[in-house]
Amino acid sequence: MSPLPLLSLVIFAPWIGAALIACLPRLGAGACRAIALAFSLSTLALSAVILGCYERGAAGYQLVEMHGWIGALAVHYHLGLDGLSLVLVLLTGLIAPGALLASWRQPGSPRLFSLLFLLLQGAALGVFLALDFFHWFIFWELSLIPAYFLIRLWGGPGAGRAAYQFVIYTLGGSAFLLLGFVAIFAATGTLDFVELARMGADGSLAARLAALGGFWPKAVFAGVLLGFAVKVPLFPFHTWLPPAYAEAPTSVSMFLTAVMSKMGVYGFLRLLWPLFPAPLHAASPFLIWLALGGAVLGAFAAMRQSDIKRMIAYSSINHLSYCLLAIFAVSAASGRAAPAGDAAAAALGGTLLQMFNHGLSAGALFFCAGILEARAGGRRGLGDFGGVRTAAPVLAGLCGIAMFSSLGLPGLNGFVGEFLIFRGVWGLVPWAAATACLGLFATALFLLTFWQRVFHGPRAGAAAGPFADVGPLDLAVLVPLVALMFLLGVLPQLLTGLFNPLVASWAAHLSLP
Amino acid sequence: MNPASHLWVIPALPLLAAALGALTPRGGRRLAAGAAIAAMAGALIASCFALHAALAAPAAHLTCNFEWFRLGGGAVRLGWLLDPLNGLMCVMVSLVSLLIFIFSLGYMDEDENFTRFFCFLALFAAAMLGVVVSNSLLLLFVSWELVGLSSYLLIGFWFHKPSAAAAAKKAFIVTRIGDLGFFIGLVWLYDSTGSLLLYDGGRGILEAHALAGLAAPALAGGLAASTAIGLLIFCGAAGKSGQFPLHVWLPDAMEGPTPVSALIHAATMVAAGVFLMARVFPLMAADQALASAPLHALTVVAGIGAVTALMGAAIAVAQDDLKKVLAFSTVSQLGYMMLAVGVGSWVAAIFHLLTHAFFKALLFLGAGSVIHATHHEQDIRRLGGLGGRMRVTFATFAVGMMALAGVPFVFSGFWSKESILHAAMEWEVSRLPLWAGLAGVVLTAYYMTRLTFEVFAGRPRSHAAEQARESPAVITVPLLVLAAGAILLGFLGTPAWPWLQSQLTGAAVPSGPLIESPVLTAVSVILVALGLGAGWYLYGRRPRSDAGAADPVAAAFPAVFAFLAARMKLDELYALTVGRLSSALSWLADFLDRRVWDGAIRLLARLGELAGLMNGEADRDGLNAGFDAVSEGFRRAGRAYSRAQSGDAQGYLRALAVGFVVLVVLVLMGCSR
Repeated sequence: MSPLPLLSLVIFAPWIGAALIACLPRLGAGACRAIALAFSLSTLALSAVILGCYERGAAGYQLVEMHGWIGALAVHYHLGLDGLSLVLVLLTGLIAPGALLASWRQPGSPRLFSLLFLLLQGAALGVFLALDFFHWFIFWELSLIPAYFLIRLWGGPGAGRAAYQFVIYTLGGSAFLLLGFVAIFAATGTLDFVELARMGADGSLAARLAALGGFWPKAVFAGVLLGFAVKVPLFPFHTWLPPAYAEAPTSVSMFLTAVMSKMGVYGFLRLLWPLFPAPLHAASPFLIWLALGGAVLGAFAAMRQSDIKRMIAYSSINHLSYCLLAIFAVSAASGRAAPAGDAAAAALGGTLLQMFNHGLSAGALFFCAGILEARAGGRRGLGDFGGVRTAAPVLAGLCGIAMFSSLGLPGLNGFVGEFLIFRGVWGLVPWAAATACLGLFATALFLLTFWQRVFHGPRAGAAAGPFADVGPLDLAVLVPLVALMFLLGVLPQLLTGLFNPLVASWAAHLSLP
Repeated sequence: MNPASHLWVIPALPLLAAALGALTPRGGRRLAAGAAIAAMAGALIASCFALHAALAAPAAHLTCNFEWFRLGGGAVRLGWLLDPLNGLMCVMVSLVSLLIFIFSLGYMDEDENFTRFFCFLALFAAAMLGVVVSNSLLLLFVSWELVGLSSYLLIGFWFHKPSAAAAAKKAFIVTRIGDLGFFIGLVWLYDSTGSLLLYDGGRGILEAHALAGLAAPALAGGLAASTAIGLLIFCGAAGKSGQFPLHVWLPDAMEGPTPVSALIHAATMVAAGVFLMARVFPLMAADQALASAPLHALTVVAGIGAVTALMGAAIAVAQDDLKKVLAFSTVSQLGYMMLAVGVGSWVAAIFHLLTHAFFKALLFLGAGSVIHATHHEQDIRRLGGLGGRMRVTFATFAVGMMALAGVPFVFSGFWSKESILHAAMEWEVSRLPLWAGLAGVVLTAYYMTRLTFEVFAGRPRSHAAEQARESPAVITVPLLVLAAGAILLGFLGTPAWPWLQSQLTGAAVPSGPLIESPVLTAVSVILVALGLGAGWYLYGRRPRSDAGAADPVAAAFPAVFAFLAARMKLDELYALTVGRLSSALSWLADFLDRRVWDGAIRLLARLGELAGLMNGEADRDGLNAGFDAVSEGFRRAGRAYSRAQSGDAQGYLRALAVGFVVLVVLVLMGCSR
């Protein structure tokens, strides 16, 4: 155990920044932004420290912090980090400062914005590190509130409705999640993830839930599933996402898509799958269809969007559906007589890679959409531009790299994750992998159509007049992301090395209780 | 020392030049071009060394495998491979690339994105060489897609032209359809063999152990897994190599600058599919031993190749654009190569691939020289009379034309085409590929004669053609070098001295008579003569007088000519089927979102409202005043809450700060306990 409570620091450093900004009412706009950026960067700095002492060969939780908290409820302040958490903490650390930089020239009070943003960042980190349902759920819900205000106050014309729908929908999902865990607590008397996962693996969790009554095991599973399904989102619970992502300001869209959408997938991997291996296995043939719906219909729906941000939002649905597809395929295959360890390791490893890679590429794409929107005075239709590549070649180049990363071009990061997911899913549920290929096809089609209409052809629309290329601030956001796309495309070991022992141990324990 | 362990240098050199070109500002023309050409020259030298090393032991597959990343209990591995096949390919690709890079110095001189052009060219060369030297199907696929990317970038190089932007997208999408098949094949192969290395000391996918497992009749109907996987990989090859029905992008790709057409869409990239088939030939042929199988992978390859060879040649007959004629001729020639693979002679396919690379690059660069001299006039009806004005271009183009047409004995195209026809004749399954090949021979000779007469004979039919003058040496010297290759290369693989065949197969092929089957050769020579004669009779005897005059064939058979000129209406067919289907699907997806899923949520909300309303009614009617007071309290709270929702930022801030402080206190209290 580390002498320094590193994980608590990771979570609370952004909140300390938020408190600082809240307590110093006479700070200027510039100072607010500087403080926010510094505290937002703390995640990245602390991640570097964590990487220094992180044991790469171990699969279990590290840097664990465990203190008694609310004795009556057996609640512990329990934090821990494994490969899955680490990848997501790193992603948050990368995206959050970039998103703050994206808000640099945004109108409105930078003070409130910085404060809310830091609250959001801390809450997201809390979700990735907490190992007790009690404070995990607090972080989970707390992330919604700043997100709501950020969308509501800084968003586009439809932001009120979009933010409302976003919060109500996800709160609705979370209510079922909460009810589910209340029942779990009633049955087991613990809310500790490690303990619950152990009980899930040996079947005692299911037995105790069954003891509550025949109806409960299914209801609890359905409630928890619903909570995460809305958050990711799983098709068809995704209708809140396109308006929320599209109406949010650029910086928030970046954070929502890159980090918050991962909270749902994280929930699937950390809670639903370990706690309910048998019910998930039973439901997975059906859930695979839903994931396929998201992968294929999400991509085809993106093709019909004329709003660039809505299009990227649908592409996010498509990308995250591959993650869910992999999880469901692994679950469907667990308990089979024939060992499928290699395929499961590929599918799960691919899922973790895809989570990180999607964060990079979708974050960068939203940022580019934000640049286009700012240059065009708030318009962001596909038809509002033309020939941007002539007007702004550097922007075109960087956005192009992000686009090709998103469509899974080999040599860039996106490919490795998608290849592993398809390789894994093919080994487990071949027909699903074949069907999901339609999504790959549609993704190439709509992204290249976007590219053709906005960047190619003669200069037109907003790009007909003077159209500035990227500035230093934009480069500061985009260049690190693009550099990582190349780096991880060529050397995925940098990332897989962090979580491979975890993936290997998952793949080695696929038996059902 | 293992020469394969240094093989990475060959693609790395142009990749470095591409990175340098990408970071060079627009003004650094000399730097970008110089780096690209120097890298290509370096790659050529390294390729020659590699070929030399490979020829020392032609039967050995020298490999150098390494771990890419660890995954689960195992690892994903990649590697480099050196044998005569890819040694020859490396030399061909780097030599043709070098010549075309030099040609581009002159051709692209006036383009403002000159720097970028060389960056993309170098990227292409790196990716193509990567395809060639990979010992892993995964690494090959990575390079393969990068080839597709550079092709996309170069077709759309003049992206301000909507037609070029559309052609680039079409090329990427159509080849991607094929590549998805390849991708699935890859994934399947990986799943069933646990490796994607081609050769790995007995554990590779092209080695006996894996092939034996794949060739078992494991699928429905007695099909072998290798048949299905082979056909999926063939999808990728068909997309890249412009095989029917995925050939539609290739003619449109002529929107790119002519050196690009020469390098990528004629000599090298489009041949990647044929190379791939030759590379994985053991896998493609694994099911041959399975006599009971209803279908063999190679049979399909032969069929598609035959259809493509004939169809491309037929369409080329009716094209009026100089580059489009050559593009369809490329489609047709690639069909011949696939046909050769399909009938089991991948060696003949590679022989034709190598000779074709030279004479087709020569033809395209000759066309480029014409286009450069006539200020981008590509319509053969508006050219004419250039033979006297551009003597070097004309002479070298004529060499290329005769090589393509298969004029006997002197030109390389004759020897490689003979070896394909000979292999087709010996194929036991069907005679149809042979008939298609022979029909293609007469058409090829005919359309090339037509093209040459239209462009170079008669008198100039436009102002641009009248003004044309011979291109500078930077353009003509590559033409001369390629013309030499277009003649000499054929002698590497004649039946009397089958050096190429011996090296490729790694076993000495006995030399036979110069003409293997006199009847077949006689027939094909007669067919060539027939094609040349018909071309001369229709277009050379009385050259076209003015640009508006009708084509003699179009005058005689207007419907057939129009059908061929419209490329057999295949683009329209795709728009009606694939295009319609995908827009219908996207409409459906969007409709489901807007109406059904969102509608369901709204319905839920309405139900909630209804419940509230009914509850309210019940309250008013059934419950007493005390309850009313409580509701009044709620209402007041609601009003207070709605005041709080004032959009007053400071108010929110205060509330949040208070909440935050409470939370921190709670946490601290919890910890201190």
